[in-house]
Amino acid sequence: MEFLVASAIGLLTAAGVYLVLRLRTFPVILGISLLTYAVNVFLFTSGRLRVGAPPVLRDTVQVYTDPLPQALVLTAIVISFGMTAVVVMIGLGAFLGSNDDHVDDQDEENATEGQS
Amino acid sequence: MSLFIIVALPFLGAVLPGIMNAAGRSAVGGVTFTVTLAAFIGLLTNLPAVLAGEVVTARVDWMPTLGLNFTLMLDALGFFFAFLILGIGLLIITYGRYYLSRNDNMGQFFTYLLLFQGAMVGIVLSDNILLLLVFWELTSLSSFLLIGYWKHLPEGRQGARMALTVTGMGGLAMIGGMLILGQIAGSYDLSVILQNREAIQADPLYTPALILILLGCFTKSAQFPFHFWLPHAMAAPTPVSAYLHSATMVKAGIFLMARLWPVLSGTPEWFVIVTTAGLITMVLGAVIALFKHDLKALLAFSTVSHLGLITMLLGTGTAFGVMAAVFHILNHATFKAALFMSAGIVDHEAKTRDIRLLGGLRTLMPITFIIASIAALSMAGIPFLNGFLSKEMMLEETTKTVLFNTWWLVPALATFGSLMSAAYCFRFIGHTFLGPVRDDYPAKPHDPGFGMWGPPAVLVVLVVVIGCAPFLAEPFVKLITGAVLGVAAEVPDKHIKIWHGWIPALYMSIVAVVGGLAVMLIYKPLQKLWDVTPRPEAKVIFEAIIEAAAKTAEAFTFWLHNGAFSRYAMIALVTIVGAGYHAWTTGTVGVATRALQETGPVAIAGWAMLVAATCALVLLHRNRFLSLILIGIVGLMVSVGFVYLSAPDLAMTQFTVEVVTIILLLLALNFLPNRTPVESSPLRRIRDSGVAIAAGLAAFVMAYHYMLRDAVTTPISEFHLANSYKGGGGTNVVNVILVDFRGFDTYGEIIVLGIAALLIYALTETLLNGPVRARLLNRVPDQPRAGDMHPMMMVVLTRVMMPVVLLVGFYIFLRGHNEPGGGFISGLVVSIAVVMQYMASGFNWASDRLRYPYHGVIGAGVLVAGLTGVGSWFVAKPFLTSDFTYVRIPPFNEFELATAALFDLGVFLAVVGAVMLSLESFSRLARRQDTQESKFAMDINPSRDDPPVGDPGAELK
Repeated sequence: MEFLVASAIGLLTAAGVYLVLRLRTFPVILGISLLTYAVNVFLFTSGRLRVGAPPVLRDTVQVYTDPLPQALVLTAIVISFGMTAVVVMIGLGAFLGSNDDHVDDQDEENATEGQS
Repeated sequence: MSLFIIVALPFLGAVLPGIMNAAGRSAVGGVTFTVTLAAFIGLLTNLPAVLAGEVVTARVDWMPTLGLNFTLMLDALGFFFAFLILGIGLLIITYGRYYLSRNDNMGQFFTYLLLFQGAMVGIVLSDNILLLLVFWELTSLSSFLLIGYWKHLPEGRQGARMALTVTGMGGLAMIGGMLILGQIAGSYDLSVILQNREAIQADPLYTPALILILLGCFTKSAQFPFHFWLPHAMAAPTPVSAYLHSATMVKAGIFLMARLWPVLSGTPEWFVIVTTAGLITMVLGAVIALFKHDLKALLAFSTVSHLGLITMLLGTGTAFGVMAAVFHILNHATFKAALFMSAGIVDHEAKTRDIRLLGGLRTLMPITFIIASIAALSMAGIPFLNGFLSKEMMLEETTKTVLFNTWWLVPALATFGSLMSAAYCFRFIGHTFLGPVRDDYPAKPHDPGFGMWGPPAVLVVLVVVIGCAPFLAEPFVKLITGAVLGVAAEVPDKHIKIWHGWIPALYMSIVAVVGGLAVMLIYKPLQKLWDVTPRPEAKVIFEAIIEAAAKTAEAFTFWLHNGAFSRYAMIALVTIVGAGYHAWTTGTVGVATRALQETGPVAIAGWAMLVAATCALVLLHRNRFLSLILIGIVGLMVSVGFVYLSAPDLAMTQFTVEVVTIILLLLALNFLPNRTPVESSPLRRIRDSGVAIAAGLAAFVMAYHYMLRDAVTTPISEFHLANSYKGGGGTNVVNVILVDFRGFDTYGEIIVLGIAALLIYALTETLLNGPVRARLLNRVPDQPRAGDMHPMMMVVLTRVMMPVVLLVGFYIFLRGHNEPGGGFISGLVVSIAVVMQYMASGFNWASDRLRYPYHGVIGAGVLVAGLTGVGSWFVAKPFLTSDFTYVRIPPFNEFELATAALFDLGVFLAVVGAVMLSLESFSRLARRQDTQESKFAMDINPSRDDPPVGDPGAELK
């Protein structure tokens, strides 16, 4: 189980990093989203993995998983929506303003190329 | 008067002149004078205590943990400098009132002057070296303002910048030196540091500390090789020059050397560095001064020279040297301030300070002539004037100083310096006042009013009095010397006398004066020789260095910050991975304490889907719609993973967030190209893959090892689990943490979310009101539009679902405290319900029916949450303390009422508002000119007779 989760984190990180290094805004945003997943899951695992022991108190249950990372990750997920929305808006604004969705500053010739 | 008030008065008073400009120039000058006078009298009230040998202190702990305390100390040395600063300040203020013309902003001038004065008084009264540094930097800053006071003059601005650069750099070095010093002594209080001479000098860090502190002192006091800024600062109005360069600013470095003399001096390092720098400065300054044509430049270099003299005396490390230095500080302050003011008078009346255009002013300006001549003769070292006394003490000291094992080196150079000094003094008098009266002065010179010649006259009287009756000054000089020496040495019992007998110093004095006269006789050929001698111009070198530094910084900045995001991302990633690798290779990994858990087929299946979707996403990311679907799968699998791993709340949140994110990205993709072109070279892609794989591998290794080990200390979660029900009244521990244990965090987070949404709104507004608006309105969509944009089926379905979804949201909200759910999740669920209405019936239809603007909803949410927190103040509990109770209203079962639920309501509202405001903003961009907005819920409605309005598909068919 630990191996699966860790490898998922690694894969999400690798894919996220690769996409973040692309040259257009959209894949970069996708990459950031993937990195967000990776980070959230990683933070979540700091409570260690436990199957079938949700932190909802029951009279008969004695063992619960760690609730604190869950609370922190919950807000992180919601905040990451806000962050993604802002980044998308910035990317969109830049594209609408210059008709170019490169993440790197372009020379004049390249910029016109990008429009075609 | 309390020392605090003395230091605070100039700062507080600095406000007054600035706002009193309208009251007239005399009022501005008067109030400045009064403020200074008050501080001066306050200082004098402490005189009896100082004379009695006491040290007056005042102390307020400011940041005791940092060792930074507001501690002031007044001993004889501090008193002496404060006396000079405030006393000469009074004269300068009087003089400045009459010097400045009607065109100058006098209020501003005196505000700067008082700021500077306060900073200087602060330096000399500080008992804490960190506090001293604060004031030190303040003098750099306020002197920058003063030197650049005539903003319209380029030389003024350049001079101010140069002064700030040089003294600022020195200040920076000094901060380092002072911190080291404080670390060695174990305290930043001067009174403690001064007791630790042996410990400090034995410390291996003594030399670095000494060099750094001396850098600060040398730059401030214009010692070689930092002497060049001072003459350029002469572009300031003359009162500033007179104040900064006779009594205050440049003396700050000298003051500090004197203050720290007991701990720093006496070592070979101190002796060699300080004496050499002082000696070179003294000779160099005197030589350059002789050949300057500008009166103020001449005086500036003479100041440099005299500062060198004082520095050299402090460098010798003997008690007699200190006494001579203290005495010369006093004498120099008196005659140099008088000289500067005289030069200012000449400039003011004759409208030039070029010595070549002057001469013969003796009969035209008799009063100025007398004042300037006495002061200059004192500087030249003529008997019965105070300059003679201290200069002879200096010469006597040099005969006992052996530098570099050469007995004659110091005396010879000192005599040569004195000779040049006498020569430029004679030139100052001779070429300005003596000689024939000319008829080509730029303006007709005459003596100014008393307001301008009075202040220098007062000083000249002092020059003569001290010069004729040195026994009057002697007790004070000895008292101050004692304060400098502290416990390090005894005050010498020598007396300050005019006649010492036929000692070497007297011969040296005679050589200097006679030699000075001789130089004047052959001045013309010397000047010619000087003019043809090539020499380095300090300003050119300085500017070349500044330019080179700026160029380097520019090149470095543009190399790093070249507008390429992918480069920044690459640098950051490589650094992070590199740091991780370093930690991995140099650190140790503990033993695994947890066993691997078993993996069922379901988990493997979910993992496989996640892996497949992620890999497909990378491979197919150029097709943007497809990649949205794929990232949706990834998010879904993450949610499922959360369910499986006992995190139902997270799963619900992730799932709902996934929905709104995908909608958001779809809205954005409406405008963006739907394919990503191939641009990067295969090599680049391989490089990026390499970095990506390294980062992924690092994340994998870290997560894997992390999960196999237990926490080092007991997690706080035990507390949360134990107190969730008892203290928070809820069984869903995650929710209780969010709204109760860590409610303050959550409160901050909903505010951040709200701000993000408002930011998106603001960006949309900017776009819609800018040049982009026209393009958006005339945009031709690159995809065919749907023929039936608001289909009946969808409209009807969303209407039916709306109450159901709202009910679900309400249910999730209510049960949140005890079961998975809560404000965040129900907020997202309700948002989805509302978004569906937009999707089904269009933006206009939906926003027409919008009762409350989303900004208001965000605000209400934050307000509700905040007020809930504030409510606990009324029962005298800290912010956000929660409370709950169980009530029973007859037809229902017993249920719980908790303030946390109210807080959760705030969270709910903020989330709904933020999500909706973001999505709404994106949709507003999509409105176009060629699409007529329908006011109906659906385009085709059988129950309606009229034809559909604005069929958007029509023109595309």
